[in-house]
Amino acid sequence: MNIVVCVKQVPDTATERKLRSDDNTIDRSANGVINELCEYAVEDALKLKEAYGGEVTVLTMGPDQATDAIRKALAMGADKAVHLSDEALHGSDALSTSYALSQALKKIGFDVVILGSESTDARTGMLAAMLAERLGVPQLTLASKIEVSGSAISIHRQTDYGYDKVEATLPAVVSVVEKPDPFKPRYPSFKGIMAAKKKPIEKIGIADAEIDPAQIGLAAAWSVVADFTPAPPRGKGVVVNDEGDGGTKAAEFLVSKKFI
Amino acid sequence: MAEILVLVEQVDGEIKKVTLELLTLARSLGEPSAVWAGPGYTDVAKARLSEYGAEKIYVADSADIADHLVAPKAELLASLVGSRSPAAVLIASTTEGKEVAGRLAIKTDSGVITDAVGVAEGFVAEQPVFGGGVIVHSKVAKGTPIIALRPNSTQPVATAGAGTEEKVDVALSDAARGARVVERVKEKTSSRPELTEAAIVVSGGRGVGADFSIIEQLADSLGAAVGASRAVTDSGWYPHEFQVGQTGKTVAPQLYIAAGISGAIQHRAGMQTAKTIVVINKDGQAPIWEIADFGVVGDLHKVLPQLIDEITKRK
Repeated sequence: MNIVVCVKQVPDTATERKLRSDDNTIDRSANGVINELCEYAVEDALKLKEAYGGEVTVLTMGPDQATDAIRKALAMGADKAVHLSDEALHGSDALSTSYALSQALKKIGFDVVILGSESTDARTGMLAAMLAERLGVPQLTLASKIEVSGSAISIHRQTDYGYDKVEATLPAVVSVVEKPDPFKPRYPSFKGIMAAKKKPIEKIGIADAEIDPAQIGLAAAWSVVADFTPAPPRGKGVVVNDEGDGGTKAAEFLVSKKFI
Repeated sequence: MAEILVLVEQVDGEIKKVTLELLTLARSLGEPSAVWAGPGYTDVAKARLSEYGAEKIYVADSADIADHLVAPKAELLASLVGSRSPAAVLIASTTEGKEVAGRLAIKTDSGVITDAVGVAEGFVAEQPVFGGGVIVHSKVAKGTPIIALRPNSTQPVATAGAGTEEKVDVALSDAARGARVVERVKEKTSSRPELTEAAIVVSGGRGVGADFSIIEQLADSLGAAVGASRAVTDSGWYPHEFQVGQTGKTVAPQLYIAAGISGAIQHRAGMQTAKTIVVINKDGQAPIWEIADFGVVGDLHKVLPQLIDEITKRK
């Protein structure tokens, strides 16, 4: 099975994240890390390979420093990587990004594309659905469980009431949610980290993936950020120590705010 | 007045509160038309949508729509955008709503904005980003503005609309039938409100331990939804769909009670836009205190039973 896992490098959520004041895009000069949910996508891609055979290719779109996220995915066990990097892609919105990635995916070829269900920076949660739309293949998103049998694929889609069982025929686009142990992403072993250094990363630009420059970048954006401001700070709260009456005091606060 | 399409969010014919919020907001922007997608449309639904200002109700109630994932809803909306040329489309910023919005944006060559909490004149949307740390104003630059709004961003206000029905037949493409929903598994039988829609959320963290009954009892005494931190869902103490945070749900209730939650950025990113935040934690130095409006430093296993008693007494 030809498995492609999309991996994104995002600003570390533990640091202060910013927008750039010159063009209102996300400041990516800060400490970049692999998006947390992408690690789940890599884990599920590796599990599919272990169960059904094949090859796992990492696909990343992002500036040169996104190589760190790619190396992490390779160290976990992915076989090779394609890094779509081009100055012209800077400032691309969800429509442009889905277009550019769909072009790269057509070039690579796939049976399954796996993504994390959202990124911690933009958090739109739309990319997997948009890739399915662009590629004209079934959308199997928010999966907590994936099963493949021949050319049939089925997932458990996480819902507010439990889950939906959804079936389709390959090729398909799958997005995955966070899961508890024992389904958490594996840690790269020392051997894995060493091996990753020798695994091929193919760098491609927009021309290589036949991406139309008129459809990407800040100038082509379908939506624009007009302005941004830091959120106003919250007022200082009231804190009491529990001296046997903490619950009563909390109740009194809730009454004062008319919640009771 | 310009027509604004509002995609109705419903489960088994029951309309979700966020739809009433979207209709209320749509009235301030133009003339709301509700779009019903899937089976379950009844006179009760019609009355509800009219009560909150729907001038028109487009009804596409074929089972085919619900039996296939997301794509049919996007096709239905795209056909209405094509034939009615609305000024904007409003969709609930839920996991599925955002997916519909994304596909619709491609089909109609339009810009899309997600996680908005307000829309002003000229369809300028306000979005909290980076876990609520930064407020952004965005605008769609091409096509029909498609805006997904978070539940609890607007107070629903009833104002009667005509509610004129119009049946819509959609011939779904083969591509829209790609992902078949073969079974819906309902794991919960609780009568609690849904997490992202609830006015009050009671969440527990590592400090609660594996037994979450104290959190559930407090939630039930307040008519609240139950949430959990990642430490809890990672340990398997509570299901992942209840996780509030960066990699879980984002909530913005009137009241958020955080018990035994330290308040790492992972968690705060999902809840710090709540109107009022109450904290119960024995660690007086935990980061959660930075955003608390009121809090008790103490053992939640002592404080919460007393709080539940007091609430029950005062009811």
